[in-house]
Amino acid sequence: MAKKILLIEDEAALQKSLGGSLTEEGFEVLSALDGEVGERLAKSEKPDLVILDLILPRKDGLEVFQSLKEDESTRDIPVVVLTNLEKIEHVEKVLEMGAKTYLVKANYTLKEIVEKIKQTLASEELKSKNK
Amino acid sequence: MLESLNPVASCKKYGVSIWQCPQFLFVIIGLVIIIAIVITYFLAVFRIGDPTIVSLLVLSVGAFSLALNFIITNSFERMAEVSKLKSEFIHIVSHQLRAPLTNINFTLDFLTSTKMVPTKEEQVEYQEILRENSLRMGDLIDNLLTVARIESGDFPLIKNKVSLEDIAQKLIVKFKPYSIASNIKLMLLVADHSLVVLADPLWVEQVMENFVDNAIKYTKGGGEVKIKIFRRNTAVFFEVQDDGVGIPPREQKLIFEKFFRSANALKKQTEGTGLGLHIAKKIIEKLGGKIGFSSKENKGSTFWFCLPIQKNG
Repeated sequence: MAKKILLIEDEAALQKSLGGSLTEEGFEVLSALDGEVGERLAKSEKPDLVILDLILPRKDGLEVFQSLKEDESTRDIPVVVLTNLEKIEHVEKVLEMGAKTYLVKANYTLKEIVEKIKQTLASEELKSKNK
Repeated sequence: MLESLNPVASCKKYGVSIWQCPQFLFVIIGLVIIIAIVITYFLAVFRIGDPTIVSLLVLSVGAFSLALNFIITNSFERMAEVSKLKSEFIHIVSHQLRAPLTNINFTLDFLTSTKMVPTKEEQVEYQEILRENSLRMGDLIDNLLTVARIESGDFPLIKNKVSLEDIAQKLIVKFKPYSIASNIKLMLLVADHSLVVLADPLWVEQVMENFVDNAIKYTKGGGEVKIKIFRRNTAVFFEVQDDGVGIPPREQKLIFEKFFRSANALKKQTEGTGLGLHIAKKIIEKLGGKIGFSSKENKGSTFWFCLPIQKNG
């Protein structure tokens, strides 16, 4: 069965490009253009991975992250933070909260980001098998 | 208070080495002054001998060095402050430019690597994305250049007779599709149709456009935006009133600051440079007018400016 990825990102350009690439890689991609919808979809759809931007309308990425971590049913979903904020305090805060990877958009090509997401999913799968 | 007396801590703030840091140099110069005074004292006692003249001499040498010292360190500090602001400025600007640039790069990455053949509609959609993001970068650069020109004083404004009402009519037409799409009723209320001001028509239009654009942008899920033009004493007022998200009290004093964007604004619309109102204030002040606003969180905001009235004829 195809792995389900939830992409919470308000830039339509990234929804189309990153979402499109992931779909071509064989993933099922759910899109949310703001934090509120993202949080709701994460809780109802239980995706295998969440890609989360930090600056989002309605509810910012940190709030969404916090709420996912507080909810029993979404706590274990791996979260990859994808943003352009690269201040050290943001990186530290998010990693402390349990993000799997912190990616600064401008530092990668689309292909590299897709690669990182596949790696994160693979290592998560390995971890759950070893349990 | 003690913080500010600790030279090492305040030097760290500016990110300069200790020998370039005003606070530290102040301490050093202070020591030099004390030594100089002691030497002056002994020289004077040895050569002159009259205690009144000796003490006067010592005091004036001390006062002179202190004043000089104060002037020098003050200007140092101002320069350090400016340089700190400049690097913050660069940080914010590069961040703002990065977002649309990433959008363009990722879209191009996708288009060159995808196996799918885009339909005609999809092609148009991707072209729209590319165009919109390059426009965003262009707008930001235009705004930055405007700010830089205002700051360096190289910003000539012409003064012509302008009817704010005519400009407002034009803006109503321009914003019609946007306001309908946002479910907002746009109204123009003019008390006196003969009002004329002296202003630069292009720049005053940009300020008015910024007010109207903000009012529509930050009104959630529909409402009313009222544009009013009226006279009070010797000034013509232009006012835009919305029932949008408003500005929290603690953020109100920052609203005209460069790059500032309210948390409420960010929640509604993540895009935006935080330069529009900053530029608006500079332009209105340069035209001899005043600018201001009143706002209640979650109730709405009213932004206004006024310019001196010009007798028609």
